[in-house]
Amino acid sequence: MHGLVNRAIQSFVTDTYGPDRWRRVTEAAELGDFEFEAMLIYDDAVTEALLAAFCADLGRSRGEVLEDLGTYLVSHPSVEALRRLLRFGGDSYVDFLHSLDDLNDRARLAVPDLHLPALDLREEGAGRYTLACGPGMPGFGWVMMGILRAMADDYGALVLLEHHGPHADEGADDEADEVIAVTLIESAFAAGRAFDLGARAG
Amino acid sequence: MIAEDTLAGILARLCPMHLLVDDSGVIRRVGPTLQKLRPETPMPGQRFLDLFDLTRPRKVGCFADLLTGEGKLGVAFRDAPHTALKGQIVPLPGGAVIDLSFGISLIDAVRDYALTSADFAATSLAIELLYLVEAKSAVMGEYGQLSRRLQTARISAEEQAFTDTLTGLKNRRAMDHVLTRKAASGMPYSVMHIDLDFFKQVNDSLGHAAGDHVLQQVARILVEETRQEDTVARVGGDEFVIVFDNLTDRPRLRRIAERLIDRLQQPMLFQGRPCAISASIGIAPSVEQPLVSPAGLLRLADLALYDAKHAGRSTLRFATPRPAEPAWTRPAAGKDGETAPPSAVSGRDS
Repeated sequence: MHGLVNRAIQSFVTDTYGPDRWRRVTEAAELGDFEFEAMLIYDDAVTEALLAAFCADLGRSRGEVLEDLGTYLVSHPSVEALRRLLRFGGDSYVDFLHSLDDLNDRARLAVPDLHLPALDLREEGAGRYTLACGPGMPGFGWVMMGILRAMADDYGALVLLEHHGPHADEGADDEADEVIAVTLIESAFAAGRAFDLGARAG
Repeated sequence: MIAEDTLAGILARLCPMHLLVDDSGVIRRVGPTLQKLRPETPMPGQRFLDLFDLTRPRKVGCFADLLTGEGKLGVAFRDAPHTALKGQIVPLPGGAVIDLSFGISLIDAVRDYALTSADFAATSLAIELLYLVEAKSAVMGEYGQLSRRLQTARISAEEQAFTDTLTGLKNRRAMDHVLTRKAASGMPYSVMHIDLDFFKQVNDSLGHAAGDHVLQQVARILVEETRQEDTVARVGGDEFVIVFDNLTDRPRLRRIAERLIDRLQQPMLFQGRPCAISASIGIAPSVEQPLVSPAGLLRLADLALYDAKHAGRSTLRFATPRPAEPAWTRPAAGKDGETAPPSAVSGRDS
């Protein structure tokens, strides 16, 4: 798994639960005193062991934890750069949804060895969309749930989200797509957050 | 023929930074994004060449000259900010269309004019370019941090290393470990302390590269003249220590030392120029100093080396047997509280 993904998990744990919790989780995952480098590649088993240890430590399901991770990625100040990159997807929440088709290509354009699951958005009409997450990272759909929810806040949109498909805790069948049903109830529900094209995130 | 209003409407969406000009170069219509760059000065009615400096083509007598060439334009606003734009001019009956674009000045322009994605055509790659610039700088930032951390790790690894990077020999840390192990094992061993003579002259006259070359040659000779089980270490600039495993016989040690001095005295060539050095050697076999610790034995070898230096260089000395662990050490300048050994000759430069 790419270091950026692992590093995102690490930042999520330390920013949300504190560095002590991170140490406890890496100990439980038998990694010792460990920190990820964002630009190196790690064995998938390391990520797997870490997530399992973290969920066990919190006593929460993997789906919930991954959804929180997705929310964190868009809303926490220490990962503001990522939110900005996602906002380049478009002016409105609908534009943003459509930009998800290119998300893995966009990621690869910036970091050639970062392979995210392919995303496929279908318009079902009447403000309803389905987003299919391709294989590669079991549970990625739950992360997308968090991202979609937090980006709705960011754009000031009101949405309903439902996760269908393999449950992240079952894990084994990573060939079956996870599907997210998105219902856009109102695209201008709240003011949302400003996005200034020219203001580079620190 | 398409009506001007219709044409302007189409252009406003497809090319939001266009200008429609008449054949004398007076602006008739302007795209919304281009007008946004100068919100206080409506562009229609102004002369194109009054608003912009031409950077390409340079030599133009009048506006009509622009219509005869290939039509590629480079312009910059005459007033500040002097944003540079690239463009294309295409003649129309009675005038021309000029489409402008930021080119590489896009990044600054987006900041200077607070542009949003609505200011660009749906087909424009401007937003993708901004995305890439921002993504790449985030990635470069991560790589920068990674490089700094790797550099720090490298320094600390070097500090913990056992190898002298210049010669490939063991370093002082490694030698200390070897000596500690010797003491624990109880096996006999000898310490040979070697200091190069005239090395400083080589360094000073022929440069550091020559000095490094000499040190590497010395290392090679020391390794060739010792056995696999012996430890050869570079412990200072031009100081070396050999720990001989299970070898304390004076005649044998003397023969080895003499052969070393002999070989080290052969001039070494560096870029065709001879580098002449020699060596002074002090030797301390452990069996002659039964009560002395490895560190003490090393000090005795050092003292013997000191004697050899003062005996005129290119020579060797054995350490004098001492009754017990001595506090003696080479009378180094600036160290207080150390007693000079009885055999030391003072007043001479070592």
